[in-house]
Amino acid sequence: MIPPEFDYVAPTTLQEAIAVLEQKPDAKILAGGHSLIPLLKFRLASVNTLVDINRIDGLSYIREEGGWLKIGAMTREADLEHDPLIGQKYPLLADAARTIADPLVRNMATVGGNLAHADPANDHPAVMLAYGAVIVAAGPNGLREIPITQFFTDLFTTALAPNEILSEIRIPAHKAGNGGCYQKLERKVGDYATAAVAVQIHIGANGVCDTAGIGLTNVGPTPIKAAAAEQTLVGSKLDDAAIKRAAQLAADAAQPQSDYRGTEEYKRALVKTLTVRALRKALERARN
Amino acid sequence: MAEINGLGKSMKRKEDARFIQGKGNYIEDIVLPGMIWLDIVRSPYAHARIVNIDTSKAAKIPGVLGFITGKDLEKYNLHWMPTLMSDRQMVLPTDTVKYQAQEVVGVLATDRYAAADGVAAVEIDYEPLPVVVDPFKALQPGAPKVREDKDSNHIWHWEAGDREATDRAIRQAATVVKQRIYIPRIHVASIETCGCVANWDPINKHLTMYMTTQAPHAIRTVIALVAGHVGLSEENIRVISPDIGGGFGGKVPVYPGYVIAIAASVLLGKPVKWIEDRSENLQADSFARDYHMDCELAADGEGRITALRIKTIADHGYTDAAANPSKYPAGLFSICTGSYDYRTAFTEVDAAYTNKPPGGIAYRCSFRVTEAVHAIERMVDILAHERGEDPADFRLKNFIKKEQFPYKSPLGWEFDSGDYHAALQKAMDMIGYRELRKEQAEKRARGELMGIGISSFTEVVGAGPSHQFDILGIKMFDSAEVRIHPTGKAIARFGTKSQGQGHETTYAQILAQELGIPAEHIKVEEGDTDTAPYGLGTYASRSTPTAGAAAAVAARRIREKARKIAAHLLESAEEDLVWEVDRFYVKGSPSRFKTIQDIALAAYTNPPPGVEAGLEATFYYDPPNMTFPFGSYICVVDIDRGTGQVHVRRFVAVDDCGTRINPMIVEGQIHGGLTMGFAPAFMEQIQYDENGNIYGGNFMDYLLPTAVETPRWETGKTVTPSPHHPIGAKGVGESATVGAPAAFVNAVVDALWHLGVRHIDIPITPDKVWQVLKAHGAAAEE
Ligand SMILES: Cc1cc2nc3c(=O)[nH]c(=O)nc-3n(C[C@H](O)[C@H](O)[C@H](O)COP(=O)(O)OP(=O)(O)OC[C@H]3O[C@@H](n4cnc5c(N)ncnc54)[C@H](O)[C@@H]3O)c2cc1C
Repeated sequence: MIPPEFDYVAPTTLQEAIAVLEQKPDAKILAGGHSLIPLLKFRLASVNTLVDINRIDGLSYIREEGGWLKIGAMTREADLEHDPLIGQKYPLLADAARTIADPLVRNMATVGGNLAHADPANDHPAVMLAYGAVIVAAGPNGLREIPITQFFTDLFTTALAPNEILSEIRIPAHKAGNGGCYQKLERKVGDYATAAVAVQIHIGANGVCDTAGIGLTNVGPTPIKAAAAEQTLVGSKLDDAAIKRAAQLAADAAQPQSDYRGTEEYKRALVKTLTVRALRKALERARN
Repeated sequence: MAEINGLGKSMKRKEDARFIQGKGNYIEDIVLPGMIWLDIVRSPYAHARIVNIDTSKAAKIPGVLGFITGKDLEKYNLHWMPTLMSDRQMVLPTDTVKYQAQEVVGVLATDRYAAADGVAAVEIDYEPLPVVVDPFKALQPGAPKVREDKDSNHIWHWEAGDREATDRAIRQAATVVKQRIYIPRIHVASIETCGCVANWDPINKHLTMYMTTQAPHAIRTVIALVAGHVGLSEENIRVISPDIGGGFGGKVPVYPGYVIAIAASVLLGKPVKWIEDRSENLQADSFARDYHMDCELAADGEGRITALRIKTIADHGYTDAAANPSKYPAGLFSICTGSYDYRTAFTEVDAAYTNKPPGGIAYRCSFRVTEAVHAIERMVDILAHERGEDPADFRLKNFIKKEQFPYKSPLGWEFDSGDYHAALQKAMDMIGYRELRKEQAEKRARGELMGIGISSFTEVVGAGPSHQFDILGIKMFDSAEVRIHPTGKAIARFGTKSQGQGHETTYAQILAQELGIPAEHIKVEEGDTDTAPYGLGTYASRSTPTAGAAAAVAARRIREKARKIAAHLLESAEEDLVWEVDRFYVKGSPSRFKTIQDIALAAYTNPPPGVEAGLEATFYYDPPNMTFPFGSYICVVDIDRGTGQVHVRRFVAVDDCGTRINPMIVEGQIHGGLTMGFAPAFMEQIQYDENGNIYGGNFMDYLLPTAVETPRWETGKTVTPSPHHPIGAKGVGESATVGAPAAFVNAVVDALWHLGVRHIDIPITPDKVWQVLKAHGAAAEE
């Protein structure tokens, strides 16, 4: 569990960091280090240079601005977990933050790193799919916005260019009638999900659902947006029949594989159960 | 009179001041001048021939000093070593590897990082050979042979009891239940992995071996026996076992890494450190359990148990490297008749070689007692359910009665004492058993799944009496050496070795009780073979039954001498003196007294004429019998039909370990033990695919419960002192690990019995429960 040798740089501005990435194409960003360092220790990855972005100021914040909730890439999971704004208005995010890893890991792990790592087992990707988030990337030519639906391109692969740094995540700001929930089954604290479901809905004044987002964790090679399930909810009153229909469509969208966390069949059934529970909870929250 | 903190006092643990401030002294803390690091190249295959080992690239890495292979060790005839079970084990292979993660090449370097880079750069060509991982397949004709030096994969057959009488009783019984029960391969996963610093002094031909061992004295003798021919002589071997971060049986065996480190130190003339990483520890160090048990339990028409039959296949991996007493290849499995009164039983075990790491150690369990208890407690529950009887009432009807002790069990043990009815009744009262049954019936009517599980275990610990128990011929006594200083303070040394059990406190309290010296002023030392008296170490809950008894007896000898000195000082006859707490006084006049401190000073300044100076004693205690701790556990679970998750709502544990020395430490042992019983019941398992690739070789895959998963434990006690132990204590370190798993499984099966479910093997994972629910039409459609 000892990594091979690597170089280490710790720039203090984004521009400097991007310059290093341009010079050294094999360099990797080091954020919280809780995905990257284990890979290095198992010698599953080797990296010639680590670019530590922990000393760059201004990358850690949580604020509402211009119709968005903006989260700096270096915001720690523990900050999300304890932030009152998120606790009050973004229950889906608050639910997810509480189930990521364990408190020690959450003190270090960052939201940006969780997304940039593009591990389908990570929790934020499905959450951000459900929210319909936007990713902001900083590159040599400034900032670029990437819709979350275009961000995860493959297993451990994102739309970020090698010389780009994820700098911010934007989530549509909370409005009345919003409700969300994250339902995750894990074998123990610190384990990745056997399966998890993220749900974000909006209920209009007439009690009809006008937007719905559903993201699935760890049941496919990438995080999955359950689009058909979302569509079946829009225009419905989220009665039991609609919820069950959506749950079935979410289960159909999953592409799980059997492993030691469970069989394919079990995971698919779990997606269904968790979708029902998440939707019921989200609805309850939307009404309050 | 001073507070001496004797028996029954929950004094804080003396060792904790250093542990909780990070000042423990573990192997990794030992750094010697000029020290070299050893790291090990391991096999990616479960069975393969080594075609070529190429170290040329690795040799070029700065800091890499050299390599040790099986061929190098073969020159000194050190490539194989004996196991404690009279089998043999490779130190390093010369020809074939037998399991994934087996040690293949030792890499020596000037620092830990260079050693790891060296390991990554060694290139080895292997020719894969056929693999057998399933012990049933291994025992079939034509199976791939694991060992060239053996005739077959069958290692040994062991049996106990009366085969014919058992067959007959089972044929004639009114009810017979049968079940195959698998108790899977698990790992102790101690927080500290294994390691050592071997320091060979070429001038004085002296080896100091700092190592993570639960049995330092036995290890010294083993080193002398195995390496005597290359110049290691027992008087020149000093084994030091410093603070140990958890042992649980996993630090009894001699692992190849230790031997390679010694060989490297002898070759280089420098100290050599080897510390496993977590994956090496989980993948290669001794496993526990792995018993496939075919069980049958019979009852007459009134529901009285009449006979038990168990046939077991034991998977030992590629060698039998269990750490049992020599005469007990299947450990103390014959305790499997349990807490019940019946006369007929037969059990047999066949051991198999497979392409997996060796082991079969007593993971927080006195030699296969967990397997035995799991079998009988599951079977009793199945039998009760099958007969439509309440599992608690069924147990109460079949228990051995208090008046029947000492009780001769059908497989030959003499249970020293017990009161099983009292323990179960207490647990039932604590948890509100009858009300829970009512609640369960109501819930069941609503389609909710709730279960109540009981485990009423009897353990056999404290190995053991010399006529039955030895390891490599050395009898399983244990020792205490107690010296009182002139100021009335003491030092005591033992042949055992604490790994977190709190010996520094517990032993001091036994001595305080016997000698009147405050426990704070009794220093306890263990683990250095140059200073401590010989003993076989700490495992199998034996420290209190053996060394704890030795402490009491040695102290009583000291007190007899103290009486002589007191008589001299008080100018009175010895028989006129009365001992009270910390002093002798003259019968009838309590103001005429001498405290132990007065007496200690006189032992050095003013001994009676004709009495030798000093105040000390050494005692080697040979227990007359084993001790038989017992208890009753009750568990309540709720099952989520949508996800298969089992929620442990309550768990009551009533333990009887006889006299409680330090109730707080006993409580701590039970809490930890219950958690270590919970873990395999729901989470832990090491699995292999058909090619022998391990799954469960790191903590992402080998699941240990955290505080979040761990249920809240409710503990209670009954106290039935051991009649033969000097202070009536029985040993408690393992009761909970042994007793708990069956309570969990019984609760889960109890919740599902009405659906037709009869058994679920541990670990009971959500996936497994959901599959069972689905198969019985009870998975929730949400
Ligand atoms: C024991 C344990 C349990 C865990 N359990 C969970 C869990 O249940 N759920 C879960 O979601 N996660 C879990 N994690 C993962 C944890 O949340 C990670 O820390 C997180 O996924 C990555 O964040 P990080 O800040 O540590 O990133 P790092 O490890 O530093 O980086 C991860 C990857 O992202 C890249 N990267 C990081 N930041 C940026 C950036 N701003 N721009 C571009 N690229 C970047 C890095 O180069 C690297 O390739 C667990 C981790 C551990 C150790």
